[in-house]
Amino acid sequence: MKLKYFSAPYLVWMVIFIVVPLLMVAYFAFTNDGGGFTIKHISAVGQYTNIFVRSIWLSLIATAICLVVAYPIAYILSRMEKHRQGTMLMLVMLPMWMNFLLRTYAWMAILGNNGIINHLLTVIGAQPVKLINTSGAVVLGMVYNYLPFMILPLYSVMEKIDKSVIEAASDLGCNSFSTIFRVIFPLSLPGVTSGITMVFVPAISTFIISRMLGGGSNLLIGDLIEMQFLGNSYNPHLGAAISLVLMALILVIMTVMNQFSPDDQVLM
Amino acid sequence: MDNVVELKDIVVEFDGERVLKNISLDIKDKEFVTFLGPSGCGKTTTLRIIAGFLNPTSGDVLFEGKRINDLPPHKRNVNTVFQRYALFPHLNVYENIAFGLRVQKVPEKEILKRVGEMLELVNLMGFEKRAVDRLSGGQQQRVAIARALVNRPKVLLLDEPLGALDLKLRKEMQTELRKIQQALELTFVYVTHDQEEALTMSDTVVVMNGGHIQQIGSPIDIYNEPTNAFVADFIGESNIINGCMPKDCVVEFTGKRFECVDKGFSPDETVDVVIRPEDVKVIPAENAKLTGIVESVVFKGVHYEMIVDGVDHKWMIHSTKAEPVGSMIGMCFDPYDIHIMKKTKEA
Repeated sequence: MKLKYFSAPYLVWMVIFIVVPLLMVAYFAFTNDGGGFTIKHISAVGQYTNIFVRSIWLSLIATAICLVVAYPIAYILSRMEKHRQGTMLMLVMLPMWMNFLLRTYAWMAILGNNGIINHLLTVIGAQPVKLINTSGAVVLGMVYNYLPFMILPLYSVMEKIDKSVIEAASDLGCNSFSTIFRVIFPLSLPGVTSGITMVFVPAISTFIISRMLGGGSNLLIGDLIEMQFLGNSYNPHLGAAISLVLMALILVIMTVMNQFSPDDQVLM
Repeated sequence: MDNVVELKDIVVEFDGERVLKNISLDIKDKEFVTFLGPSGCGKTTTLRIIAGFLNPTSGDVLFEGKRINDLPPHKRNVNTVFQRYALFPHLNVYENIAFGLRVQKVPEKEILKRVGEMLELVNLMGFEKRAVDRLSGGQQQRVAIARALVNRPKVLLLDEPLGALDLKLRKEMQTELRKIQQALELTFVYVTHDQEEALTMSDTVVVMNGGHIQQIGSPIDIYNEPTNAFVADFIGESNIINGCMPKDCVVEFTGKRFECVDKGFSPDETVDVVIRPEDVKVIPAENAKLTGIVESVVFKGVHYEMIVDGVDHKWMIHSTKAEPVGSMIGMCFDPYDIHIMKKTKEA
């Protein structure tokens, strides 16, 4: 039982850097400048419902696109010969080695009104299109930045699926499509749920992507919170209240989603 | 009887290495055929070719007379019981067995009936809702068999299905599998490295080594009339001695001449002489043609296994009576217990 003591520094760490800050967020959310209890800030969050809805909607779309794009990639990766998998995985991870801001700036240059795409369009004689500062650009930024977080958990689950189970499916009459549908997809569900979590949570709280690619018209919750702490409308109490509501929201969404995830691999 | 599966000159190469070398084989309808051989002999590879998981480098696979080389596994009328069962971990016992039927879109009512029959056949009634990872090895095995049989395949392929079970369970399952095969009148193709299993269950045993078929025959033929020293050694224990045949029905080994029943060798041809340990009789050392000193005695349950140091050969003898270690004994054998085999070049 001595091992217990070795985890003590970690417990201390968690208390100082996770539990205490969370309590502080809650404290700020429920107090006014004088330190008295109030629910004024929490109830003020209601006026930003449209921003909440937009954030959830855009990050849901981005998560769905990530899933659709990542699933075949992860499947193909997991079926490759072992020595090739390493190289391909590195290629998937490569964009992540580049700074997040830099990557998003690059998209600004590509999508901008005088950016690469519009430049090419005028060259071939077409009308330039408004790409940047649209919600589409925000979704694109989210998909681009968070795609590896979907591929990796999917890949690591699929890679562990026993090859003979797949052979058994084809032995029992499945063509490749029904093998995926009846065996591989159900067995990859744990990867799907953790991939969704790893994309949805950062996407819903992002503020850089929306500010750089969405312009002023596509404010997300992240931007709203940032404005309360660093912007002109300085109001940490409201910021804390929005953060708290966002946290509760994510918690609810994750709980709902976990109902669909097989915790001990038994679906029926 | 008609041939269900025919293999014609099958060659398989992996990275330029020949794993199967010109395998030709006919499997008859309703037959229990066993591929027997040490690991790496190509028996599982042969099975995978019949299942369709592997395409031969050259040669033809025929099913009921039709060439099926290019037919994918899901279109073949064969089912496989995999070595480590390969049950679907996300499905319960019932759904595992029903899998093949659901793929074929069999009506729900019939699925219920056929899965029920299978559960009864493999003695797993009441386990329908059980998750497969909460079953014992033997139960998982039964689910794997039921899952394959429910599709009513023409041929059932079994890849060392009893390998992971303990001895007693294995024996039970051997009898049960044989019963199922006879009751359903199916063709079973069974892969094993266990010679006893092969002899107990099969109609026909195919002994393989080094990518070649060494011998095809009934268990009795294979045991009593092995065609070469490898088969003799692999099927049960054997004393294999170098000898030569001066003329028909006479064989010379360990410097002595013995009467035997084999003919047709060229004069003074060198041969392998095979004598089963249970065919060596222990007699008093006086007047015996062959003598030796007992080196060790091991109790094996039904019999004792003695190693006797003769002049040129260490004899293995199975006898119900043990002789004291260190004592001198005499040995003799009946002419028909001496098996003469042509020398084979190692493949």
